[in-house]
Amino acid sequence: MDQIFELLAITLGAILANNFIFSQFLGICPFLGVSKKVDTAVGMGIAVTFVMGLASAVCFAVNKFVLIPLGLGYMQTVAFILVIASLVQFIEMFLQKSMPSLYTALGVYLPLITTNCAVLGVVLLNVQNDYSFISSVVYGITGGLGFLLAIVLFASIRERLVFADYPKAFEGFPIALVTAGLMALAFMGFSGLKIW
Amino acid sequence: MMNVLYAIVVLGVLGAVFGLILAVASKIFEVKKDPREEAILSHLAGANCGGCGYPGCGGCAAAILAGDAPVTACAPAGPENAAAIAEIMGMAAPTGERQVAFVRCTGGINAKKRYDYVGVKDCVSATKVAAGPLECQFGCLGFGSCVTACQFGAMSIGENGTAVVDPEKCTNCGACMTACPRHLIVSVPASKKVHVTCANQDKGKAAMSVCSSSCIGCGLCERECKKDAIHVVNGVAVVDYDKCVGCKLCTKVCPRDAIIPVATAEEKEKYKAIKKAQAEKAAAAKKAAEEAAASSAQ
Repeated sequence: MDQIFELLAITLGAILANNFIFSQFLGICPFLGVSKKVDTAVGMGIAVTFVMGLASAVCFAVNKFVLIPLGLGYMQTVAFILVIASLVQFIEMFLQKSMPSLYTALGVYLPLITTNCAVLGVVLLNVQNDYSFISSVVYGITGGLGFLLAIVLFASIRERLVFADYPKAFEGFPIALVTAGLMALAFMGFSGLKIW
Repeated sequence: MMNVLYAIVVLGVLGAVFGLILAVASKIFEVKKDPREEAILSHLAGANCGGCGYPGCGGCAAAILAGDAPVTACAPAGPENAAAIAEIMGMAAPTGERQVAFVRCTGGINAKKRYDYVGVKDCVSATKVAAGPLECQFGCLGFGSCVTACQFGAMSIGENGTAVVDPEKCTNCGACMTACPRHLIVSVPASKKVHVTCANQDKGKAAMSVCSSSCIGCGLCERECKKDAIHVVNGVAVVDYDKCVGCKLCTKVCPRDAIIPVATAEEKEKYKAIKKAQAEKAAAAKKAAEEAAASSAQ
């Protein structure tokens, strides 16, 4: 029972209270870069969720069975970058062969995730928070869902922003950054969220 | 020291293992890719200009391979590369010479202004304000939307205030043609030199009053042409590049200097004199023939 509550807390925390984008400021580059259209934002969000879940699982194993027993905990960041880079490559090859439709849907976003700090962030946070295997994977997937939620909301707003009346100097990224800031403030409201 | 070596070895082994897994995976999950796509890509311009209408050169290569795009889809790559792509695709090499963009207006300072436009320096914006600052509804506004659109630095605003194409740099990508709100820019064969430099479709006086270098559709060029290569269509002369041989007779009779290369007054005089002499000669010959006919009848 305790574990279920813990997982629920992790889920809510990752999606709302400690949203990767709005409160931890991880994964900002794809958040700003691929949020011009809702369609592409959804693709990016799903790809990130997918990779974050898998990376959490693999990095947990690498950390627990390789780095910790050998006393190389301080090399986590480097080792995790290695893992994520090869993992993304592997997933790309796997999808291209077995799920070509998903591969074409994710398209260019899949290799882009290699350099996504949210993925590295989630695996490092797993270690920092001393999560178990299941908690790690749940945190990875829900963190990705939080990213998906944030980027889809943001893309929807940006699509409507095109018709908004704002000073010309704000056109493009400035107004996007202002919007992102306001959304982050709104998400701050979740930080007081307490279930028990 | 040992710690460092230890870390290097462990990470090295980790990397090697992942590398091995990837190498094996690339064999297991190998997807047969058409090698022609790579070959086609190497013959495209590689500027990712988007002139072909596909997202980047990779998209264009895939479209050519799928048969959706013609082998000449990449204009900047030029005819040699189009021929190479045709060979890869097993098609006959495309014929047809290099085309370049051409601006059908040299009005600029010659054109009458209706008002002074002081807004954003952009042709589309300018046309939105009471249909543009020029009296002529067809002329080049000279705010350089095409110059901005050109990826290759081939467009500039010339000395008389209209856009000019540098045919050396032009790749006929078509960016300027879509950027021009007045659709003044067209593709012409690079080797042809005789062009009509006006697009005003108004007739006679209406065209004459708005600009001192407008085509008034008088049709003198049409009558002068020996090859049937220039016609007045919708009130403006248009060169038929398939027929034009570049003799420049039309430039010498144009009363508005609206056909380039513009003939000098001297050339025009000379041509007039030759024509007059020819006409006299023809009249004399005719008279002689009539006299001969009359004498034989007697």
